[in-house]
Amino acid sequence: MRDKAAETGAVVQLDNVGVRYGRGPEILHDISLTLAPGSFHFLTGQSGAGKSSLLRLMYLSHRPSRGRVIMFGEDTARVRRHQFPALRRRIGVVFQDFHLLEHLSTLDNVALPLRIAGASERDVQKFVPDLLHWVGLAEHIDARPSTLSGGQKQRVAIARAVIGRPDLLLADEPTGSVDDAIAVRLMHLFEELNKLGTAIILATHNEALVARFSHPRLHLEDGKLARA
Amino acid sequence: MNFFGGRSDLPLKDDATSRFLPWLIAPMVFLSAVALAAAFTLTSLVGSWDHDVSGTLTVEIAAPSTPANVAAAQTKAAVDQALAILKATPGVRDARALSNDKLATLLEPWLGNPDLLKDLPLPAMIDVTVDPSARPDLTALTDKLTQAVPGATIDDHRVWLSRLIELGKTIAWTAIGIVALVGLVTAATVIYATRTGMAVHREVIEVLHMIGATDDYIARQFAARAFTLAIKGGIAGLILTLPVIAAVIVETRRIEGGFLSDLHFPPIGWVACALLPAVAALLSMATARITVHGTLVRLV
Repeated sequence: MRDKAAETGAVVQLDNVGVRYGRGPEILHDISLTLAPGSFHFLTGQSGAGKSSLLRLMYLSHRPSRGRVIMFGEDTARVRRHQFPALRRRIGVVFQDFHLLEHLSTLDNVALPLRIAGASERDVQKFVPDLLHWVGLAEHIDARPSTLSGGQKQRVAIARAVIGRPDLLLADEPTGSVDDAIAVRLMHLFEELNKLGTAIILATHNEALVARFSHPRLHLEDGKLARA
Repeated sequence: MNFFGGRSDLPLKDDATSRFLPWLIAPMVFLSAVALAAAFTLTSLVGSWDHDVSGTLTVEIAAPSTPANVAAAQTKAAVDQALAILKATPGVRDARALSNDKLATLLEPWLGNPDLLKDLPLPAMIDVTVDPSARPDLTALTDKLTQAVPGATIDDHRVWLSRLIELGKTIAWTAIGIVALVGLVTAATVIYATRTGMAVHREVIEVLHMIGATDDYIARQFAARAFTLAIKGGIAGLILTLPVIAAVIVETRRIEGGFLSDLHFPPIGWVACALLPAVAALLSMATARITVHGTLVRLV
């Protein structure tokens, strides 16, 4: 299967994946999909349909209870523990609840992926302020997350996810806390990133946004992929 | 910020779980420094005793039981004969008879007024310096001396000093054991503090992992924090120790004569004590790093 993924160059390949937490019921059933580099998909579905669980699989936070998850041609069941960080650095994640580090400034939060990847402080000071300016947070560069509004936190989370130009961006309701104008602006940011080759999966409830941007949709219903 | 001037992605600076570390490491370094000082000083003292014993002999010639005017001449003849035998013995570097005045001075602390000593039939004493690397055959020398000089005995001090030397060595090793024990306790404390810190900051650690941080990236931050706290505590502990060691040295030097007159703290001891804060910091750093690696493998 790895060969197939490597041949197709798929960023993500799921084969008959099922997910359950502990001994609970299966949350995701028989998910099979393949995402090509540079693809852009909306992930839709009602609350509880399994969108966040599917994203967790792809950002390597959880392992499937059955089936195979192949990321960048690597079967995650065979990936050794010390190899996960390198895979995760290829993935940008916008968490639904942001997961910003409260003790760090906006700049330091956004700079985390760069610093973890070993970027120089010169690069950090060069790229991070530019991106923060782009997402409208230039005036909050030194602010701590606790002083920011929900929408501002969301933009910090988005900036952190995209700063490292990941091969795959997974965004869980990235426009859920911002007004329409900012949502459209952020969508343009995602599209710019997508043009640079980043595959994007954007989980959202915002049907207006899905309708406005003509990207294919992955729809989850009761843990099953309805359209791929 | 930490001792290395780097920044930390984990909020360890304001972490109450590790704030106590300097307060614990300071007394640990204090105890270690005192124990090390004792070990080095005793080792030096034992070495000094051992060297002295290896390099000297004392020949004692009992005072004859003849009248005083005859006894003096007999003693002088016996001493001259013993000196001649000694100086002709291979391995003997020097042999000098102690004068009566010198004997009186040596005995004065125990027997009091030196004038009274002149009336006592004191034995003649010969201080012999031997080559420690080629000591003379004591059995043969004793036979030769006792045949030539009735009442002569040789004391190489080994019998009574050897037990003292063994005691000194035991105490020195005990002190080294205390240092090792203190090191273990310090490591255990760092392990506890690090694990507690990891439990407190578990969410942050998970976020860092999700962003692609390696275990070692996280471990280095805990290690740097442990180093910073330990070096602070270590320096404080060392500062507390210095006056104690200095006071012991001063008090020892005020003791006249006896075995403790050779007591001194060798330069290597000062160096070892000075290195203790760095050793404590490196131990803490390594312990924290290993602990984080071990814990992350189980946690995540």
